[in-house]
Amino acid sequence: MSKDWKSYQPLLVPAIRDLHEISVYEKNNGYQALKKILKNRKTWTPANVVNEVKTANIRGRGGAGFNAGLKWSFMPEPDGEPRYLACNGDESEPGTFKDRKIFEFNPHQFIEGAIIAAYAMQIDVIYVYIRGEYRPFVLKLQDAIDQAYEKGYLGEKILGSDFSVEMHTHMGAGAYICGEESSLMESLEGKRGYPRVKPPFPAQRGLWGRPTTINNIETLANVPLVMQHGADWYLGIGPKTHPGPVLYGISGHVNRPGVYEYQAGMDIMTLINEVAGGVRGGKKLKALIPGGSSTPPLRADMLEGVTMDSESLRDAGSMMGTAGMVVLDEDTDMVELIWRISYFYDHESCGQCTPCREGTGWLEKTLRKIKDGNGEMRDLDLLLAICYRMEGRTICALADAAAWPVRYSIDRFREEFEKKCKKTVYAVA
Amino acid sequence: MAEKHTFDDKDLKEIEKLTAKYPDKQSAVLPVLWYAQDKFGHTDPAVQRLVSKTLGVPEAHIRGVVSFYTQFYEKPMGKNVLDVCTCLSCQVSGGYDMLHYIEEKLGIKAGQTTPDGEFSVQSVECLGACGYAPMLQVTNDKFVNHLTREKVDKLIEDLRTGKQPDFESNPMPQHEKGS
Ligand SMILES: Cc1cc2nc3c(=O)[nH]c(=O)nc-3n(C[C@H](O)[C@H](O)[C@H](O)COP(=O)(O)O)c2cc1C
Ligand code: SF4
Ligand code: FES
Repeated sequence: MSKDWKSYQPLLVPAIRDLHEISVYEKNNGYQALKKILKNRKTWTPANVVNEVKTANIRGRGGAGFNAGLKWSFMPEPDGEPRYLACNGDESEPGTFKDRKIFEFNPHQFIEGAIIAAYAMQIDVIYVYIRGEYRPFVLKLQDAIDQAYEKGYLGEKILGSDFSVEMHTHMGAGAYICGEESSLMESLEGKRGYPRVKPPFPAQRGLWGRPTTINNIETLANVPLVMQHGADWYLGIGPKTHPGPVLYGISGHVNRPGVYEYQAGMDIMTLINEVAGGVRGGKKLKALIPGGSSTPPLRADMLEGVTMDSESLRDAGSMMGTAGMVVLDEDTDMVELIWRISYFYDHESCGQCTPCREGTGWLEKTLRKIKDGNGEMRDLDLLLAICYRMEGRTICALADAAAWPVRYSIDRFREEFEKKCKKTVYAVA
Repeated sequence: MAEKHTFDDKDLKEIEKLTAKYPDKQSAVLPVLWYAQDKFGHTDPAVQRLVSKTLGVPEAHIRGVVSFYTQFYEKPMGKNVLDVCTCLSCQVSGGYDMLHYIEEKLGIKAGQTTPDGEFSVQSVECLGACGYAPMLQVTNDKFVNHLTREKVDKLIEDLRTGKQPDFESNPMPQHEKGS
């Protein structure tokens, strides 16, 4: 699948100077997909747009890989009251730094995608939720939104049609959990970001109790591509089960870290060795976290032939997540690393559910004990027992995200953990 | 007793614009807290009271929000807040070394403020700059990437004279090749 990656031309963030300027974007086919739809309303009814996007199988780029068009189809029929689209630019999963590339270098493609999504779901107002730490990028996006208003792509009666939609930015203030879609909505409503119990799902009852769809920024930036070139064309990029372009954020021990855009399904070793210039300092590869801190780490020997798409990564024993790849060399102390990940989840748990609030704390404490040389063998069993009591028992998936890296690391790097534990057996009395 | 913090007419106009984005006033709590923190440097209980009065949202609610989000300062901080990322990618790329260097240089620990009130230092979670590690953020604003001791020295010197860092753009490597 990735054999022709060298000739790949970026589609989400093309190498065009000043593309963030609306005039440059327009000169490069920008807003053409939106125009095409609004000019041919009979062909491109909202339902037909939803269908086209569904056929294209854009897998959500926020972490779960859910088909975007299918999600859109869950919105109920309009009843004359407001409906919302919330664009998720919280980007707080450690190892992830891709959506900011869209804000900085190609904001209009995302804006166009969001407008098309609003048209397809007959939505009145779009909110773009961006993590507070991205203030410089919020300002960049706001500039682009202002330009789009000036040119009549946003606001009342877009391009002379009877379709109207507003777009606002909303800045978070430092809370990873607000990336979880229902927490995001709470935060947009001006509250602490406590995730909501589902059902009801956002399409039934979302922002201010009204039907709402939540999509990731990169997901929406794919939409104009589909609507301009068609679902069939889009399905021809990368694997059919997980098609399209992907922003791979590569960090850690590589020679050339950064965000790279290639087709989905890239060979992992190609990404590490050729795209990112290989492991730094000529060291050996030890492990890879393929898609942000919550995706289970894979040992180097598990990576042969694995590609960056949901199916291949699932078979390999991990997940695609956000495609934020953290490359780890042979000198990495996995116990320190996993402890730090646990520290993160403990810090970020909102505390609503007992298994998560207590479990993340216990994982952190126990791993700290082990990393500081005070652990005992039975602490490893304790860790696994805590994971078991967290997984699938909470309001949102943060508890799972906290448990997986621990569970799978103990499984895959057990020797390292054991070495740090005192050579004790179970206490006799 | 006169209130320590107030919004003037210009502030109130700006706040009205922020509120207009949402169907109700409560939803403007985060943007108005940001506005207040930009003006006063923090969102301590007095500022919380002001925001509560301005929006007509209970003070207890505002307090709850401020304490939930790490970027809102519940008490005054140093003039410059250095948020050093020590999370995942930064951890494995020398994030803690940079934190410790800054701590040593300023003579304070993470979570503290220098006696002259110039600097606060915090160890923070992933800031979304993982490929440019180690890195820090200055007072909820600009990112300073690819930290070295020299870069830290220069930054602290600049900040002492009131010079804020410039926005650092990190292009995609594919763009740099001019392809
Ligand atoms: C704890 C947690 C944190 C999340 N953080 C983010 C995030 O920062 N950005 C994001 O797009 N999705 C995040 N998600 C996923 C969202 O809940 C949601 O699935 C996603 O935004 C939907 O968009 P998509 O279908 O386009 O991917 C998070 C989920 C969980 C459980
Ligand atoms: S799982 Fe954790 S983060 Fe999610 S709602 Fe429960 S306590 Fe909060
Ligand atoms: S881990 Fe430091 S910026 Fe992401």
